[in-house]
Amino acid sequence: MSEKLHATLKVSRGAEGDAPRFDSFDVPFEDGASVLDALVWVRTNQDASLAFRYSCFNANACKECMVRVDGKTEYACTARLKTGIVKVEPLAKKRLVRDLVTDIVPPKERLRGEG
Amino acid sequence: MIRVSTDVFIIGAGGAGMYAAVAAARAGARVLLADKSLISRGGATIMAQMTVAAAVGHEEPDHWTHHLADTIEAGNGLCNEHLSAILCEEGPIRIMEMDEWKVGWARENGRMTQVHAPGHGLKRCVYVDYLNTGPAVARTLRGEVAQGAGITRVSGLAVMEILVRDGEAAGAVAIDVESGETILIEAGAIVLAAGGLTRLYKRNSASVNMAGEAYAMALRAGAELIDMEFVQFFPIGHLAPRLVGMDPIMWDPFRYKVGGRLLNGNFEEFIHDYGASDGGTYTARRDVASYAITREVEAGRGSPHGGVWLSFEHIPDDVMMDKFGPMIDRLAKNGIDLSKSAIEVSPIAHYHMGGVRVDDEMRTRVPGLFAAGEAVGGANGATRLSGNAITEAFVFGERAGRFAATHATHAKGGRSQVALDEASAVAALAAPRGQIKPGAKLDGGAAALMKELQALMWDKVGLFRTGEALEQALARIREMQRDDMSRMAIPDDAPFNQALLDWYELRAGLLCAEAVTLSAINRTESRGAHQRDDIPDASPEFERNQTIVLQNGELVAGWVDVPRISYTLEDKVAAAV
Repeated sequence: MSEKLHATLKVSRGAEGDAPRFDSFDVPFEDGASVLDALVWVRTNQDASLAFRYSCFNANACKECMVRVDGKTEYACTARLKTGIVKVEPLAKKRLVRDLVTDIVPPKERLRGEG
Repeated sequence: MIRVSTDVFIIGAGGAGMYAAVAAARAGARVLLADKSLISRGGATIMAQMTVAAAVGHEEPDHWTHHLADTIEAGNGLCNEHLSAILCEEGPIRIMEMDEWKVGWARENGRMTQVHAPGHGLKRCVYVDYLNTGPAVARTLRGEVAQGAGITRVSGLAVMEILVRDGEAAGAVAIDVESGETILIEAGAIVLAAGGLTRLYKRNSASVNMAGEAYAMALRAGAELIDMEFVQFFPIGHLAPRLVGMDPIMWDPFRYKVGGRLLNGNFEEFIHDYGASDGGTYTARRDVASYAITREVEAGRGSPHGGVWLSFEHIPDDVMMDKFGPMIDRLAKNGIDLSKSAIEVSPIAHYHMGGVRVDDEMRTRVPGLFAAGEAVGGANGATRLSGNAITEAFVFGERAGRFAATHATHAKGGRSQVALDEASAVAALAAPRGQIKPGAKLDGGAAALMKELQALMWDKVGLFRTGEALEQALARIREMQRDDMSRMAIPDDAPFNQALLDWYELRAGLLCAEAVTLSAINRTESRGAHQRDDIPDASPEFERNQTIVLQNGELVAGWVDVPRISYTLEDKVAAAV
C-alpha cells in the first residue's frame, strides 16, 4: 500500500476585526501543483466557505490571486505547492475583507449608491 | 438596500462588455459597467492568448466576404448569416480602432502580421506577440473605458436577476460581493456580456466566472436561447506535464507558426487517417483534430495521460527562439524543454457557439435587453472558425452598446428608469436564503456539486454523445436541481460570501447544463461540434436552429429556419471594387 503524498495548508481565516486564527487542511500533493490548486481543493472538498480571489485559472492572466505564501508575496497560481506545512495569509498591506481576500479594488471601481 | 440608476447597465467587463461601454458612452448614454470579478480581469478575453480574425488584408489581399465564406463553411449550415456578415464586415473597422487605441498588433515593416489559422482560406489573423493578445486587448479597452465620459465602473458586483416590468427589462438585482449588500439597479437598457458556459466541463480553458450566468439570466428574463447543443472543444489543450502560469490553449499559435507535429502514442502522425490534410500546413480544422485525437485515444493509441503528443523536436533551435522568445524561459520554469521532449495535449471545452438569440441590433425578444460577445448565439453556427471570438466581442459589443444607448435615451423618450420596488429585488434573491442552516458544517457545498456537474457534462454531454448517455445526464441534472440544491447548507450574509455566490453560480450552471443536454437530445443527427455516436450522419431536416425558452419554470425547445443572406458573396466583392 503506497502512502500518498500530502501538504498541510495553514490558512489565515476570519473577517476584518475578527480575532486572527489559522485553520489547517490536509490536501493531496501532486507534482507541479500550485497553491491555488490546493485552495480550490479545500473549497471543493473540505470547507465551502473559504474565501479567496481568482478569476482565470492557473494562467496568471487575471492577477487577482496574490497572497502571502510562507510569508512571501506571490500569485497563488504560480506558487508551487510543497509537501509539509504551507502557510497562506492575505496580503499584509491591504485591508482584509475575509480569509485570504483583501481590498484590491481600485477606488474608482467601487459602488457609489444613491441612498 | 443600495439603489443606483443608469441609462445603460452592462453586465460583464470582458472585451464585449468594455467595448459596449465605450460605444454606449460615445452615443451619449450614462453607463454602469459591472463585473463579478474586477473590471477587465475576468471572462474569456483575458485568457484569449491567441489570434483575432479580420479581413484587413495586410498580409495578402483579402475581402470581408472571403472571411464570411470561411465562417459560413465552418458553421456547417447553421450560421445566422446576418450576424456572421456583420461580424466579418465590421471586424476590420474594430481591429483598426483597437490599433488606434494602441493595442499593439504585431507588425513587420509597418504592416500588421497576419497568420494562417485553421479553417481560413488565407493569412487573416492578427495577434499581439508572445501570447499577449487577450491581456493587451483587456488593458487597451480598460484604458478607453476609464477615459470614457459618463462610464461608471463597478468591480465585485454579482448580478443575479434581470427585473422585467410591463414586459420590458427595467433593471437588475445584484449582490455587492465584498459587503454582501443587495443592490437594486434601475436601467433604461441592459446588455448581457457575461460570457459563455465552458466552465461546466471538467477540462476547460475558461475563467472561473463562465458557468453560463448570462444565459441563465436571459432565460429567466424571458429571452430565447439558440443552438445550445453546440459546445466547441479546442483540440490541443495542454494535458501534461503540469503547466502553471500559462494558458492551457497556448500551443495552437505555435503549432501553426512553426509547425508542431501531432503524434499518437506510437509517435505516428494520424490526422490524415481522418480525412484531413495536415502535412506541412498544420491547419486541420478544429473539429476534425478533436475527433481524430479522441478516436486515437479510444483505439488505445493515446499518450500516457490520455491525449496525444505535440512535438516541436524537429524545429531548429534558432526558429524556436525566434518564434517562442520569452516563452522558452516560462516553459523552462515548468520543466518543459521543447527541443528535448514532446508535450501531451487533449481536447478541452473552449467556446460556446450557442447563446442568447438576438437580431442584427443585438436585441433579445425582451425589449430593453441586449446581448454581446460569447453570450450571443448564432454567428458561428455549429462550429466557430478560429479567431472569430475576439472579433465577435468587439463587433457585437460595439453594436450592443450603441443600440442599447439609443433604446435607453431615444426610443424610450428619455425614460431611463422605472420605480422598481425593493420587495421584488428581495424576492429575486430569496431562494437560497430560506435554506440557511445556522452553524451547519459546510462540506458538500455548491463547489463540490459543480465538480460533479463538470464530470457529468464531460462524460455524457461532451465531444461524442449518445441518446442514452444524454438521457442519463438530463435525469441527474434535474435531480440536482430538485434535490441537491435544496438540501445545501448556506451560511448567512457575510463579507465575500463565497458559498452563497457558488450556490447562485451552480443554479445558473445547472439550468444551462439542462439546456445543452435537452438540445443535444433533440438534435438526432451529427453536425459540427455536436457529434452523436448513435447517429453519425448529418440530416438535411436538421439544417435548422433550435431555440430554448423557459416557460412556467420548464425549458421548452423549438425549431426555426436559419437566417440566410440574400446576396451572393461575388456580388458584394464586385460592388466593393
